[in-house]
This record gives sequence, C-alpha cells and structure tokens, in this order.
Amino acid sequence: MELPIKEIHLPLDLNEIKQLKARDFVYLTGTIYTARDAAHQRLVEMIQNKEELPISLENMYIYYAGPTPSKDNIHAGSIGPTTAYRMDAYMKEMANMHIGGTIGKGKRADIVRNIAQKNHILYFVAIGGLGAKYSLCVKSMKCVAFPDLGPEAIYQLEVERFPVIVGYDIYGNSCFPDDEKL
Amino acid sequence: MRIIPSSLIYEKVKEATKKANFVIEEDISKCLKKGCLNETNPLSKKVLEEMVDNIQIANDKHIPICQDTGIVVIFMEIGEDVFIEGSMINDINKAVKEAYLEEYLRCSVLNHPIERKNTFTNTPCIIHEKHVPGDKLKITICPKGAGSENMSQLKMLPPSAKEKGIIDFVLDVVKNAGGKACPPMIVGVGIGGNFEQSAIYSKEALLRPINDESDDIYANKLEKILLEKINQLNVGPMGFGGQMSAMAVKVKCGPCHIASLPVAVNIQCHVARHEEVIL
Repeated sequence: MELPIKEIHLPLDLNEIKQLKARDFVYLTGTIYTARDAAHQRLVEMIQNKEELPISLENMYIYYAGPTPSKDNIHAGSIGPTTAYRMDAYMKEMANMHIGGTIGKGKRADIVRNIAQKNHILYFVAIGGLGAKYSLCVKSMKCVAFPDLGPEAIYQLEVERFPVIVGYDIYGNSCFPDDEKL
Repeated sequence: MRIIPSSLIYEKVKEATKKANFVIEEDISKCLKKGCLNETNPLSKKVLEEMVDNIQIANDKHIPICQDTGIVVIFMEIGEDVFIEGSMINDINKAVKEAYLEEYLRCSVLNHPIERKNTFTNTPCIIHEKHVPGDKLKITICPKGAGSENMSQLKMLPPSAKEKGIIDFVLDVVKNAGGKACPPMIVGVGIGGNFEQSAIYSKEALLRPINDESDDIYANKLEKILLEKINQLNVGPMGFGGQMSAMAVKVKCGPCHIASLPVAVNIQCHVARHEEVIL
C-alpha cells in the first residue's frame, strides 16, 4: 500500500477540497496564521462583543502553534503544532467567521468533524514534536495581532512544502483509526 | 562537610538547560528508526521517518527540537555531607531564565493559573529536592512540554484492584492520550507512596535511559507486560495507528498505606529531554 502524497497551494477551492481524503499526506504552500489558546479566547470575546477584529478571519488557515522566538524577526524558530482539542470550544464561532481550515495535532470533538463535513473547513494534522523541521518550511513570519501575548500572538507565516496529514475530510472520514465514519 | 557554591550550580544548570532543548538521548533516535523498519502502515512509517529527521535537523542547525520548550522540572539529590553556599533556588531560576532568553527558547510559564500572564522568563521552575547519603550533588534538568503532561492522570485504586487494576488504568490513560501526546511515547508509572508521592515517582521513572531495566522485579515485570499491551492498542505514531505506540514503559514503586494503591501515569512525548549534572 502506497502513501498518497499531494502538493497543495492555499487557499483551496471547493474542487481541491473535494479531492482531499483523510490520511492523505500533503505538502502545504501558502499563507497560514498561528493562533492558540489565548489568541482564540480574545478573538471569540471580541466577536461576542461585536468589536472590530485586528485581522480578517475569512478564509484564514489557522495553525495551532506557539513558536520559539525568531532570532531576526523574519525567520521562524521551532514551530510544531500544539494539541488541537483545546481550541474545540472556539470552533463554532471560528466557523461562523468562515475560516479556511485548521492545523493542529490529535483527535478533536465531533463538532469539528461536522464542520469539516458541512462547512468544508478541513482539519489538518501536523506532526507533533517536529519543531525544527517545520521551522525550515517557514520562509517568513510577522506578528499581525496581539504582540503582548508573546508566543501566543498571531503570526502570519509564508510556508513552503509544509508537511501535514488530512485529519477530517468532507466525507466524514477521520485519519484516526478508531474514529467511526460520521 | 563539602561546600558547593551556589554560583557553580548556576553555571552547570544554565549549560545543561540549554543543551537539553537541542539534543536528546541517542537511543531515542535508534528506537524510532527501528520502529520505521518494523512499521507496515505507510503513514505511520512516514511520520516516524519525519521524527528521526527532525531530531537530526535540531542537532545540525541548532533549532530547538520542539517549540514547546516546556516548564523546567529539576530533580536534586543533595548529599547529606554537602553544604550549599549561597541562594540556590534564586540561582537555579536565574540560570533557567538566562538559558531561555539567550537561546531564544519559548517562555511558556504563566504567573498564575487564572490570571494567566506570561512571566517571559520561563520561571519559576519546579524543583524537587531529596536528601541522600554522601557528599555529591546530582541535578537532573527536564524541560517538560504540556501536550504530554496534560494527558497524565492519577488514580487512588483500592488494594483489591491488584496488578490487573493497575494495567487497566495505564492502558486507559494511554488510549485516552492517543495522538494528542505525540506518540510514540514513554510512559512513566508511579505506584505506591501516597497521592503526591505516586506522581513524583511517575516522573522520576521517566528520568531513566529508555533501554535500561528496572532492578525491582515487580516493576520490571510490569514494564514488559505494559509495553506489550500498549503496543497492541494501535495508537501508533501521532495516533495514526501502527505498531509503535510507546517506546518504553518505566515503573517506579514505593511503600504505601495498607488501604491504598495509588497509581500515577505521567506521559512523556517522543522528545524526552533530560540532562544530568553531578557535582
């Protein structure tokens, strides 16, 4: 059995999303944004208070990650994924803002699988502990919101051939063997 | 009485803290490579290859192996004939702070669990001190990430649960951790003591080299049974299924109350970082 490997450019259109199946190994090229616990909490509070957001979330691919500091403010430090389930609580609001997709590690709540199926917002799994390797895939980075949060700020990343696995696809499949099909 | 100046502890802790974030025990890479050879699931095999590659890149290019450079846990075994001159706790925290700032490591420590403000120094660290016979000082520095730490659990079993109860609980914890804890993991199990002591045992168990064997016959037997059973769970690398869910199980036992069977399971991801200093 061969491992299906695909090259994709972000953002994806619906036709491209339809081609992706859970467990496909894909190399992402394009723009992604880091946001983890504290940034999500702030964004969702701002959404609930109807405040203007520091950045548009539309079609944004969110990478659940908190990098080590950049030495030159251009290149990334170590930058692997954090565990995604902690952001499940914010997923409904984020889907309402029409984000493009999410990238993290580990299993998530059913709501995230339902959102993948109904709203075509895919969940990609990045390989945990691969901080050094992912660092080399980031061509440039800049802080675009919440700089006071340090590692939890929102950073815009230009990535090239960033290795991930399709976690939840639009057909109700999961990359995790003990998840039943939706 | 042997006098060890706290300034020497500061120097050694700083050096070891830096090193711990870039280089891990060689046997971990060897074990992951062996897992690659045996793995038939193509996705899991690829993931193991990437993990081996990452450890090499970190080493060659001096990039932290994992971005979660952790909260620093320090175990100290202080010889009863040692006198430490100076303010040791302050010096250790100073060493950790400087190591994190100078090496561009991530500061992940917050001032308070509810207020949640980053201290931006990655301190205070967590220090466990133990007095032992002799005139040596042993310091083990472990940066511990939260992905695996969050998946750890403790249970006060009744003595009637016996070995079976321990095994069931450990398997349950590992299954629940799944891909979230960055497997293939190392599973630290602390059995006995009391509530807090079992947790400390489980973390101390993780300080052992991955290929060593426990000299406690009960712990040794349990390690073998548990490793085999864990690797039948089909968690696999990052939860994608496969034969290698854990690289090792480390069990540490200690005396306990007649009514208790405390069991703590501390999960360690494949980036198992610890550096030892002996003075």
